[in-house]
Amino acid sequence: MHPVIRTILERIALGVATLFVVSLVIFSAIELLPGDFSQVILGQAATKANMAAIAKELGLDQPPHLRYIKWISGVIQGDLGTSFSGRNASGVDRSRAVVDLIAPRLSNTLFLASMTAIIAVPISLVLGVTSALYRNSIYDRTVNTATLTTISFPEFFVAYILILSLSSLWPIFPSLANVDADTILSERIYKSALPALTLTLVIVAHMMRMTRAAIINLLASPYIQMARLSGASQSEVIIKHALPNAWAPIATVIAFNLAYLVVGVVVVEVVFVYPGVGQLMVDAVSTRDIPVVQGCALIFAITYILLNLIADIIGIVTNPRLLHPK
Amino acid sequence: MKKEDYLKNQEIKYKLGVIDRRQFITSAIATGIAVPTALGMASQLQAATPKMGGRFRMGLGHGSTTDTLDSGTSENHFTLVNGYTFANHLTEVGSDGQLIPELAESFNSDDGKRWVFDLRQGVEFHNGKTMTSEDVVASFNHHMGEDSGSAASGLLTAVKSLTADGKNRVIFDLESANADFPFIVSDYHISIRPAGDMASGVGTGGYILESFDPGVKSVLKRNPNYWKEGKAHFDEVELISIIDPTARQTALMNGEIDSMDRVDLKTINLFKRNPDINIMDITGTAHYTFPMRLNVDPFGDYDLRMALKWSIRRQELVDKILLGYGAVGNDHPISTANRYHNADLPQREFDADKAAYHYKKSGHSGKVQLSASDAAFAGAVDAAQLMANSAAEAGIDIEVIREPRDGYWSNVWNNDAKGWCACYWGGRPTEDWMFSAAYTNDTDWNDTAWKGTDASAKFNDLVKQGRAELDDNKRREIYAECQRLIYDDGGTICPLFNNYVSANSKAIATEDNIAGNWDSDGAKCVERWWFA
Repeated sequence: MHPVIRTILERIALGVATLFVVSLVIFSAIELLPGDFSQVILGQAATKANMAAIAKELGLDQPPHLRYIKWISGVIQGDLGTSFSGRNASGVDRSRAVVDLIAPRLSNTLFLASMTAIIAVPISLVLGVTSALYRNSIYDRTVNTATLTTISFPEFFVAYILILSLSSLWPIFPSLANVDADTILSERIYKSALPALTLTLVIVAHMMRMTRAAIINLLASPYIQMARLSGASQSEVIIKHALPNAWAPIATVIAFNLAYLVVGVVVVEVVFVYPGVGQLMVDAVSTRDIPVVQGCALIFAITYILLNLIADIIGIVTNPRLLHPK
Repeated sequence: MKKEDYLKNQEIKYKLGVIDRRQFITSAIATGIAVPTALGMASQLQAATPKMGGRFRMGLGHGSTTDTLDSGTSENHFTLVNGYTFANHLTEVGSDGQLIPELAESFNSDDGKRWVFDLRQGVEFHNGKTMTSEDVVASFNHHMGEDSGSAASGLLTAVKSLTADGKNRVIFDLESANADFPFIVSDYHISIRPAGDMASGVGTGGYILESFDPGVKSVLKRNPNYWKEGKAHFDEVELISIIDPTARQTALMNGEIDSMDRVDLKTINLFKRNPDINIMDITGTAHYTFPMRLNVDPFGDYDLRMALKWSIRRQELVDKILLGYGAVGNDHPISTANRYHNADLPQREFDADKAAYHYKKSGHSGKVQLSASDAAFAGAVDAAQLMANSAAEAGIDIEVIREPRDGYWSNVWNNDAKGWCACYWGGRPTEDWMFSAAYTNDTDWNDTAWKGTDASAKFNDLVKQGRAELDDNKRREIYAECQRLIYDDGGTICPLFNNYVSANSKAIATEDNIAGNWDSDGAKCVERWWFA
């Protein structure tokens, strides 16, 4: 078997093992949450009888280890369970499968993440490479200062500044990004412009500086000196000789930021009223809708594991020493 | 005919469309009114005449992915507004606070125990089915019984039996007389749905639900067969859940929504300057309380409770916590918006001497712990600090404990582990309802554990009497005394009544009265408002 394929398979196996551990952590963390679903859903209007009725119906009177086994065996078969909300003791059960709840939100989140990535990744790479190329010039310093400024502000602040400038003073984009399943692509892009811009401003600095650092790091290597001595121009040196060896750290940091775009943009979602999965999870935590919380947490874990796996593979494939081990 | 009467007549004719604008202005001028004034009157009348059409987009500061269309679990303002938009109830609280029949054509009772509701005939559900007594009975049964899981089950425990008498009449037999029963059936939980379908969002309301995405939005279109006349003017409605107040206010300023609830009081002075926005400030029944549990030391002591009641600067709380958008409370839960508010009780204000006197008499020493969290209401922790400051002037040492927001309602409020905490009440449309929700000895939410004292025994008797009393004057006396008992002996400190503060685009017109029983015109703004 080719060593790359073997490594990939190893990583996947490790990922699955990690997921299993994560599922245990998620479950026990949720056990530790104070309050319970029936109290929250009935609000102040919760009497002991009503609460007991709801807890019994949801199986919350069972001991934790039995509930974990039930949950995890469902997950293995691709069934994330049924949301607690929408239950109805008498009459029709309108509760929705967790998958149905998460799927549309997740696709919104993935849309926003990809839109942001399409804008942010090329910008960061170009900025990173050029600022390494013109190291310590005014250009380099301007780019550094600008990106560091945008990353230093909290997301909601960047979001409000963009709303103020691009939505209130010069109304170009809408401040509400409430897309739904029927929104057509062009309108979806238009409505998601401000959240995508906000996220771009937040993540560009990290990726751009990592690209710059990785390249500059390599510029001190003997083989770069060799290239220089053989008469290659500065841009040739960087793009042809330095960049291919810098892909591994760059891929890692891009994967890290993409994962962040999927799991951690709840603040931006709230400000722009974007129906993403982060909002869903926060809602679910505050109402103790445990199956949804577990489902979201698991999906987030999978996102991290998958993106890191891809970054690792890129690292291996672009590095000849790892690709052809002796 | 006098000039004024003639003009009034013409106004009505113009409103109804019998005469046109030109005719109205001519007749106004004929009575001696100057031309510009007549033109102004015509425009004003035009604004006051509901116009049909438009897409009404409303941003609401509530809404969660766990929301459902089953009214039994309705608990936040989004579900209230949504529910009142697509469904009707047997009765409704009108915009002037008076109870009017809705799906019931009329209701009456001779003894307060047996209530007969005659239903409106020929009302159709959105699915085309005609509403009958069978649907009403099914809708009520949905909320009754131990294991119904409905938050309204507590309201209906007194219903012994409920029977359909023919297709258009429903008879309720209550365990004991309740003069307010018709008020109870207007509760947002108890909407009338077709039998066998309590959760899919089919109702008889002015709007038909097109799509509902919990925690995101709800889209509705006008019901062309709506039975209620002069209501439901918009063609389409979009209710959008926008939790972040800044996002809500920006959306209104940018014209992306037409109306919003819950204006952020911290920025209201800047927000008000926007020329396209109307701020609405409505006094309701909602209030903030600090319940002390009588069964937890040291709050069982009358003098200690009195000392704390006298040691609060109420106006300061209204000014600083509500920024003036509210009214001082008088340690009982009945608002000036209620029918039988007792205005004769002297308003309690900060009095260091009285507080110190009662404190000394109570013999208590050391700290008094007060638990607070912003889960109770925005600014609860600040309010508790202000109370601690003023109490310190009277020599009382209040220690404010900041509780986590999570699980506040299960671990802190109404819990014997904590003797004194912050709380809010949405208020109730009737005195009896408010008392039986939180102050009588048979309710689970008696968050002051006010049981066992002589005054509370008397209070419980009076509430029972008042419930059965059909004579208005006698009820007023009874409820005045009930308020005095809570004011004096009760465990609650009620320093604040908070106003409902919302904002509309100037394009929105409302009726003359705006209801105060819930926020957003009694949560019925969608069928009451229109585009001017």
